[in-house]
Amino acid sequence: MVFERYVEVGRVALVSCGPYKGKVCAIIDVIDQNRALVEGPSTKQGEEGVPRQAIRFKLLQLLPYKIKIAHTTRSKALKSAWDKESISTKWTTSIVCQKLDARKRRQLLTDFDRFKLMKTKQRRQRLIRLCMGPKPKDKANK
Amino acid sequence: MKFRGNLRQYEVIGRKVPKDKSEVVPLYKMKIFAPDDIVAKSRFWYFIKKMKKVKRSNGEIINVRELYEKRPLKIKNFGVWLRYDSRSGTHNMYKEYRDLTTSGAVTSCYREMGARHRARAHNITILRVAEVKPADCRRPHVLQFRDSHIRFPLPHRVVGNWNRPRFTTKRPRTLYK
Repeated sequence: MVFERYVEVGRVALVSCGPYKGKVCAIIDVIDQNRALVEGPSTKQGEEGVPRQAIRFKLLQLLPYKIKIAHTTRSKALKSAWDKESISTKWTTSIVCQKLDARKRRQLLTDFDRFKLMKTKQRRQRLIRLCMGPKPKDKANK
Repeated sequence: MKFRGNLRQYEVIGRKVPKDKSEVVPLYKMKIFAPDDIVAKSRFWYFIKKMKKVKRSNGEIINVRELYEKRPLKIKNFGVWLRYDSRSGTHNMYKEYRDLTTSGAVTSCYREMGARHRARAHNITILRVAEVKPADCRRPHVLQFRDSHIRFPLPHRVVGNWNRPRFTTKRPRTLYK
């Protein structure tokens, strides 16, 4: 069993629970078996990052990104290492992030939005069906 | 007395009420770990009564202030010297914790004493708490984190899905490589 994602200084992780849910941070140091000291600069404009704090490993999802920092670096050094690896871009363009955003957007849909979505899907399906042509008659079941 | 939630560190200063203005009375200061300042004052009188000839009824508390952690974002190794009553006797203990704050370490200590030794909060006396340098740590569970290139995977992850059904035909996914 070879693991690819390790808890290590510089490992990027997603916070899956709590007030910073959905935000991305880097592990700066390991406190003990259950907790890590993390900090995450903001990945999107106008959105706050994860302030330096202790978070339990149970609330973190390790991501396949890693930045090169020494343990317990200061916020500035962390930010420059973060930007050097362009973690923000890697994260916001990743499928996981896009799926999470889509889920968030779906939750915020109003009834009118859902109606519009339904109509758009219908229109799209009609176009697809026109392109595919009429269904061929099933010769085996005749 | 319940030591609920996270404990805080208080500095309580009290003295015996002077009989008249000319009497000079010594001040006593104690560092107490308690969930709030009310319990801190109570514990102050509990300890002072054992050591000095002063009680709550003939004494007064001059000041209670909370002591905050100087560097709450720095990981430290804490040594906790404590004394506790077991079912058959009273013992001293030394425990080590890796934490960010002194009160966090002492909270962990109370929880651990309750779990491992069934010691209740009123049976535990914290004698001394001090930050221990990594080279002077003794306990293996603290020593193993004395590594600046620490690296370990998270095997067999049990994800807390509180909405999962009681009965299911699928085994849970625990491998997150």
